[in-house]
Amino acid sequence: MNFEEWAAKPLLAAHGIAVPPSRLARDAAEAAAAAEAIGPCVVKAQVPTGKRGKAGGIKLAATPAEARAAAEAILGMEIGGYLVEKVLIEAQLPIEKELYAAVLNDPAAKAPSVLFSTEGGMDVEEAAESNPEAMRRIVVDITKGLSPEEALAALDGLPLDGQAAAIAETLVKLYQAYRALDAELLEVNPLVITRDGEIVALDCKFTLDDSAVPRQPEIAPKGAPERMTALEREAADAGLKYIELGGSVGVLANGAGLTMTTMDAITHYGGTPANFLEIGGEAYTKAETALRILLKNPNIKSLLVNFCGAFARTDVMSQGVVEAWKALDPDIPVFFTVHGTGEEEAVALIRRELDIEPFDLMDDAVRAVVAAAEERAA
Amino acid sequence: MILRKSHRILVQGITGKQGTFWTQAMIDFGASVVGGVNPKKAGSEHLGLPVYASARDAAGRFDVALMFIPPMAAKAAAIDACEAGARMIVCLTEHIPAQDVMEMHAAARSSGSRIVGPNTAGLVTPGETFAGIMPAFNKTVFRPGAVGVISRSGSLGTLASLNLTQQGLGQSAFYGVGGDPMIGTTTRDALQFLDADPKTEAVVICGEIGGSAEEEAAEYAATMRKPVAAFIAGRASPPDKKMGHAGAIVSGGKGDYASKRRALERAGVAVADTPSQLPTLLRESLAAHAV
Repeated sequence: MNFEEWAAKPLLAAHGIAVPPSRLARDAAEAAAAAEAIGPCVVKAQVPTGKRGKAGGIKLAATPAEARAAAEAILGMEIGGYLVEKVLIEAQLPIEKELYAAVLNDPAAKAPSVLFSTEGGMDVEEAAESNPEAMRRIVVDITKGLSPEEALAALDGLPLDGQAAAIAETLVKLYQAYRALDAELLEVNPLVITRDGEIVALDCKFTLDDSAVPRQPEIAPKGAPERMTALEREAADAGLKYIELGGSVGVLANGAGLTMTTMDAITHYGGTPANFLEIGGEAYTKAETALRILLKNPNIKSLLVNFCGAFARTDVMSQGVVEAWKALDPDIPVFFTVHGTGEEEAVALIRRELDIEPFDLMDDAVRAVVAAAEERAA
Repeated sequence: MILRKSHRILVQGITGKQGTFWTQAMIDFGASVVGGVNPKKAGSEHLGLPVYASARDAAGRFDVALMFIPPMAAKAAAIDACEAGARMIVCLTEHIPAQDVMEMHAAARSSGSRIVGPNTAGLVTPGETFAGIMPAFNKTVFRPGAVGVISRSGSLGTLASLNLTQQGLGQSAFYGVGGDPMIGTTTRDALQFLDADPKTEAVVICGEIGGSAEEEAAEYAATMRKPVAAFIAGRASPPDKKMGHAGAIVSGGKGDYASKRRALERAGVAVADTPSQLPTLLRESLAAHAV
């Protein structure tokens, strides 16, 4: 779950990292009023994506009138597919130096990594390529945490205008914030040294680990909602992962791997998958709900039910499908292939209740469902 | 390591609904389950087995800890198993917070335990033993044989094993490595174990988009004499979307299908377009090797 700047920065401040004074505005009048209180400011589009500056979503304003005009220009823009509905009005600071700092989950090390560079402000990957010497990485022992001494040692040799100790301290605070917030990524770009020698976070990108949402009840409600279609939202509310794909062959399978494989096979045999929808793991009891959602997609011409049950019992899933199918009586052909845990009961149920013979081979079922979709489209 | 019948299994969370169902299935299959853990029911018996307050209380009595534990309690259970000296910890749990997973891996490093998973469907040694949530007992899916199967996904691993069995190729071992981004035993590690296993003559890798597990496994596959075939799920998946598994996401062009297929093919691994082609590809490679 991503957080916009306005929601992320107070979390940094709560962990002792300085941020500029700011106010959130939802219209031009609010922006002007905020600028009145703050003085010369920056008007920044609030969207959960990068490259706001390049898109014209960040403008300087010396007066409330300029802030009003900037807000009028920025509100309503679309940046990275997101509609700008809020701007952050933030005090301008006298900047001496722009730096980069981040803490993130490092899958290669299976540990947190702290990244720091004296090349702030730009894309970190570009910075790492253009000047690898300026980039430092500390792989942190998560059982011990990051000490100021370790952080300072990692900064050795970098031109930091005598501020190395203060920056090391900021990195420690950033690491502590990352831990407390269950961050997947906590990035400050740029972290600046002001002409007064203060170290301030000018921007902040925070991604909360989705798996940690249940134990971060105070933070999670401020995250940016994921972009979803109405059906995707309905599925998410029911605890199901559903992604609309625009094709004509509906897919209901258990497990992420099998569902992706089913989509691949449909594509391989010349069809187009309508959706990703998996009811594996704990969701295997939700087959009926899943099917009800899936069938609301008007583009579906035929449906493939592909179960390869391990944990997910195919008899339980098939019972759900049969019940939903009989209740909804949809006007599309459905094809089954069912193997694994509970297979015999599942196959007997499908034969008895729907008078359908499941395919033994997935490939045969896929060929049939693709042909049926083509026939219906013709 | 390959799971053997001689490995004594302790089931953490044995008294829950799923713990009970799968432990019974494992016992019926012939697995050496020696007990379970539930602090609230310590001292009692469940399925005829002793229930301990912690894995530490069962230290020395087991080799493998199998976790039927909810996400927020998984870290403590895994650390308990490490401290009890578990040789291997099979972690089925999905949606464990990533920072907890990192703490689990740190604990395993210091105790010398091997974690399989998180988010694995477990390990099967057909005809011998299993630990996890795989249909080891279903004879249309698994048969004893000589093909090692590695999979990030339980459901896809089930399909691949089924396809092998349908075409007369049994399995020496199924290795579920897990769908999470930070797993204790990687596809490459599993490939190495199967390469060293005298009962395994060929290997099937079921990969997925996201991460770099298949690219790393390809480096090892290039050094192997045993034939390897692979299927990578997610060719038809859109970028920047998590496809169910936390690890299955292509972002910024990294971890995409083309890169994985290229790396595997360069290493001499035959890559299937659908899992049903895997047995044929393996047979061709085995025949070529026999010449």
